[in-house]
Amino acid sequence: MPTKSKLPTSEGKVLIELKNVDKWYGGFHALKDINLSVRKGEKIVLCGPSGSGKSTLIRCINHLEKIRGGTVTVDGRVMGETAKSVEGVRRDIGMVFQSFNLFPHLRIIDNCSLALRRVKKMPRDEAEKAARKYLDRVHILEQAEKYPAQLSGGQQQRVAIARALCMEPKAMLFDEPTSALDPEMVKEVLDTMIELARDGMTMICVTHEMGFARQVADRVLFMADGEILEEATPQEFFSNPKHERAQAFLGDILGHQ
Amino acid sequence: MHDFGIPEMFFLLQGLKWTVLLTAISFVGGGIIGLAIALARVSRVAIIRRAAATYIALFQGTPLLMQLFVIYYGLALMQFSIDAWLAVSIAYTAHASAFLGDIWRGTIQSLPAGQTEASNALAIGYVSRMRDVILPQALKISLPATIGFAVQLTKGTSLAAIVGFVELARAGQIVSNLLLQPLLVYGIVGVIYFFVCWPMSIFGSAMEKKMSLGR
Ligand SMILES: Nc1ncnc2c1ncn2[C@@H]1O[C@H](COP(=O)(O)OP(=O)(O)OP(=O)(O)O)[C@@H](O)[C@H]1O
Ligand SMILES: [Mg+2]
Repeated sequence: MPTKSKLPTSEGKVLIELKNVDKWYGGFHALKDINLSVRKGEKIVLCGPSGSGKSTLIRCINHLEKIRGGTVTVDGRVMGETAKSVEGVRRDIGMVFQSFNLFPHLRIIDNCSLALRRVKKMPRDEAEKAARKYLDRVHILEQAEKYPAQLSGGQQQRVAIARALCMEPKAMLFDEPTSALDPEMVKEVLDTMIELARDGMTMICVTHEMGFARQVADRVLFMADGEILEEATPQEFFSNPKHERAQAFLGDILGHQ
Repeated sequence: MHDFGIPEMFFLLQGLKWTVLLTAISFVGGGIIGLAIALARVSRVAIIRRAAATYIALFQGTPLLMQLFVIYYGLALMQFSIDAWLAVSIAYTAHASAFLGDIWRGTIQSLPAGQTEASNALAIGYVSRMRDVILPQALKISLPATIGFAVQLTKGTSLAAIVGFVELARAGQIVSNLLLQPLLVYGIVGVIYFFVCWPMSIFGSAMEKKMSLGR
């Protein structure tokens, strides 16, 4: 893919690669010939108007959506050729959803340790120890024995981050992690994500939090109508967007902030 | 002709025993098969889904009485000598499995898609997803409806009298014919049914209340 030379070229190897990805929902062409490669340690922010295909794109990376054409490769593994490859990729990639999607009938500690026990076959005490480590990392260890409904939205989202981190993923996908939150809780989640970025995690974030994008993103991708229309550093993108759709989009969201 | 006394009451309670036993067998058997039906109904494989849908439609769309006749006389015609017990157990188990399967199918499908997506994103496989994530939530939500069905099932076992199975209702009929006091005897039979079914209903609505508080 044509990476622009002025972009910071990180040293790391390519971890996630999408080549000529096409996605259809019935007769609707949701992703059109998407090419993207993400190096180890890179932080990508994906933005664009509603319905442009941002969620669809990141959901194709861990095979929550099936693609019709092209290939998705994660850490050298071509996705979808076998059921094993899908499981392998999902082990390698954590995901955080807009609506948290915690398991409401399980305590926080069990939410976090379930996959370790069932997927990685860890004994319970070991899994819980790991879960506590990551709950501590998102500063929420004291809530370990509670149920999700007893936590605030911001706390729940931090649990969701910890739950994904427990699997020790090589990359994390975020789909508008703060847009279901009350304004006063947005910061605690963004701070957690910033810490994660500082620790070197590879991240692809769908978000309209432009402050966050400025602070951590190596690249901002702008999508519209199922295509990536623009790709730039945050400085470039915010001060001098090239595509007129990107200009209109930025005008819209910055006008509201 | 004599009055309703201890021996008559004993006879009715004998009938009650079979009512309860038949209900228990068909509820447990129907629960196990019904779980399989519910899982088949939400399977990713279209043909399995359709087979389960047909099974449910068949048993929900025909009267229980016909099912009893078909299984009882049908098996007899096919030269299986089969006693009333086995016949009614099979019929009621099939009946219960279709209804429970459909109740549970509904609650499984009512769970937010995010539960499945989060499980998938964590690489959790089918067995664990069902056992640890989907079914605990679905069965809990379906508890009031499940208990409601158990009450219906208890009363529904009275139909088994038609093929000569002496449960509570049939026992009542026998005693009533003997004493020629139908109002009294059927009144007593009704009270017995009531005191079996009522606690179940109470339990069901208590669960419902508790759950609406928990959400
Ligand atoms: N399951 C689906 N079936 C049919 N169409 C879908 C489905 N999911 C998404 N779409 C359509 O695909 C397009 C892209 O959807 P997507 O959710 O990826 O957009 P998005 O950029 O994430 O938007 P938003 O900012 O609103 O979340 C939209 O037009 C949407 O209506
Ligand atoms: Mg979206």
